[in-house]
Amino acid sequence: MVGVARKHLDLIGGQHVPVAAVSTAFPSGRASMPVKIQDTQDAIDAGAAEIDMVIDRGAFLAGRYIDVFNEIVQIRQVCGDKAHLKVIFETGELVTYDNVRKASFLAMAAGADFIKTSTGKVAPAATPPVVLVMLEAVRDFYEMTQVRIGVKPAGGIRNTKDAIKQLVLVNETVGPDWLNPKLFRIGASALLNDLLMQRMKMDDGYYTSPQYVTMD
Amino acid sequence: METTMTFEYDPAPESRAIVTIKPKYGHFIAGKFVAGSKHFPTINPANEEVLSQIALAGKADVDAAVKAARKAYTNTWSKMSGKERGKYLYRIARIMQERAREFAVLETLDNGKPIRESRDTDIPLAAAHFFYHAGWADKLEYAGLGTSPKPLGVAGQIIPWNFPLLMLAWKVAPALAAGNTVVLKPAESTPLTALLFAEVCQQAELPAGVVNIVTGDGSTGALIVNHPGIDKIAFTGSTEVGKIIARAVAPTNKSVTLELGGKAANIVFDDAPIDETVEGIVNGIFFNQGHVCCAGSRLLLQENVAEEVLHKLKNRMEKIRVGDPMDKNTDVGAINSKEQLAKIIELAAVGDSEGAERWSPECKLPSKGFWFAPTIFTGVTQAHRIAREEIFGPVLSVLTFRTPAEAIEKANNTPFGLSAGIWSEKGSRTLWASQQLRAGVIWANTFNKFDPTSPFGGYKESGWGREGGRHGLAAYLKGVSHE
Repeated sequence: MVGVARKHLDLIGGQHVPVAAVSTAFPSGRASMPVKIQDTQDAIDAGAAEIDMVIDRGAFLAGRYIDVFNEIVQIRQVCGDKAHLKVIFETGELVTYDNVRKASFLAMAAGADFIKTSTGKVAPAATPPVVLVMLEAVRDFYEMTQVRIGVKPAGGIRNTKDAIKQLVLVNETVGPDWLNPKLFRIGASALLNDLLMQRMKMDDGYYTSPQYVTMD
Repeated sequence: METTMTFEYDPAPESRAIVTIKPKYGHFIAGKFVAGSKHFPTINPANEEVLSQIALAGKADVDAAVKAARKAYTNTWSKMSGKERGKYLYRIARIMQERAREFAVLETLDNGKPIRESRDTDIPLAAAHFFYHAGWADKLEYAGLGTSPKPLGVAGQIIPWNFPLLMLAWKVAPALAAGNTVVLKPAESTPLTALLFAEVCQQAELPAGVVNIVTGDGSTGALIVNHPGIDKIAFTGSTEVGKIIARAVAPTNKSVTLELGGKAANIVFDDAPIDETVEGIVNGIFFNQGHVCCAGSRLLLQENVAEEVLHKLKNRMEKIRVGDPMDKNTDVGAINSKEQLAKIIELAAVGDSEGAERWSPECKLPSKGFWFAPTIFTGVTQAHRIAREEIFGPVLSVLTFRTPAEAIEKANNTPFGLSAGIWSEKGSRTLWASQQLRAGVIWANTFNKFDPTSPFGGYKESGWGREGGRHGLAAYLKGVSHE
């Protein structure tokens, strides 16, 4: 699918739009390391400029942090400088804020460009407290290393008001430098519809039924 | 960062349309509003606007209020069953909830505290105190205070300006539940919500004279304290005034509870969760502009994390929004009065002159009204006045310690003992420290949490007696151990 997307983007003049691919046996992360590496390599060969890997939650919850760390390091090596690496935690499975903070540092130290809350397959996902914990980790990592890591909340942000709350969290925790798509993104397809509906309301004064916007 | 946006917040003001403030108020005696003779203004401390003229109660007014309270006590309230009294308290609680927004707006206008706090803390807690004590009214014989505890009679209650309606609730709800009647005096600078509460008493059809409210200044308070027709004095305010009251009632039969000043130690051990701790420090000292008797005004940091905590605290303080109390995004509002502002400025200047280092975030303060930026002093020692005296403003004194024993020694080295905070993720350390601290309320990994079921009060010069919970009932009933 990465190849298909790349080809069509190029056809319609979207050369500047990068293609992102989920990888490493998304969403469960339950596959052997050679499979995960090949999965990533295939996506990059097909033109993916961004890789969204998932961590092995089974290993993490069993306390095998070094395995989780090594997996991220290896995928980072596959990405090289060809692809941007996002590391998905699936915070709904990590459950505690302590785990979220631990996973954040693990991923940042292993070379992630972005840390991302969720696959979108598990609820709860990008709740404001979880995003706050990740932003605090990013802020502390920046103070230690001067390296800016991006944050991507994904899943559960369904309307414009929720999105504004996320932007306020970013602004007040890591500061306005992060209010930039290179460092902060929201993954939420339902949100887009609400944004469109809010735009329509600004034009004609009515908040319409969702049937007037497309589902995908 | 080429596409970085600036993210400005628009004002989000609460409307004041819900309240109707009369140009002039009288006293509430025997169920009716009666005109006063002399008046003084009450102002909005955020812009110095005169909100209303308030009656100054003299001897005749206090006599009338005490007489009405005695009559209601003898003829009605002490004879009524606990179950019936409870019904009135439930009714008052429900009306307070129904009119919560009105109370919140009025409180913020008269006091200067942020609407977020009056709306989310003061008013809901005030209603909760009435609900809680309503439940006790018919169960007093099961409170562990003897088989048939009896009310004391007429209670004279004098309350402060920092949580006007909430302090009214702390005093009136247990008094009424136990079968007493009251003469209450709200603070000179914040009488409006008490007067709105008087309307609630009428709306609830509370029998005339059970609650009487007289407004005035310290002279009115003295008339209540020295009135021979009063059986019990309940006071919340400064230790200075508390001592005057204690002397005045010493040769009388009056029972007394005093809730006075504090200089709480907020102790941060090196295993504390730092980000949460920073939130707790901010809440501890900047909540309600630091006008909190149990404020965490002395921060004790373990030396090996002191730098990190201060760095994060300063970053956090940069984000505090100081300004229009009616704005729903405001964190810190106006200082309650010109006098209080002068006191804060004076003590902060003493901090400078005694060699502590002052720091405040950059913040633009409104030109009118009474304002003081959130401030911390570092390099403070136990000998500094800002470590010993209650500032009652948004000023934090920061000290350090090296061992847990030193932390406890410093924390307890004060004439006060109202509250304390402990920050640590180690349960055994928290439990050990809480047993060493000489303070009436101890919070662990949180601060400024209040609940009507929990007794509140101090050790040493922070006061006598408890308010709230089962222990608080003892202050309004006969036949208990302290008599």
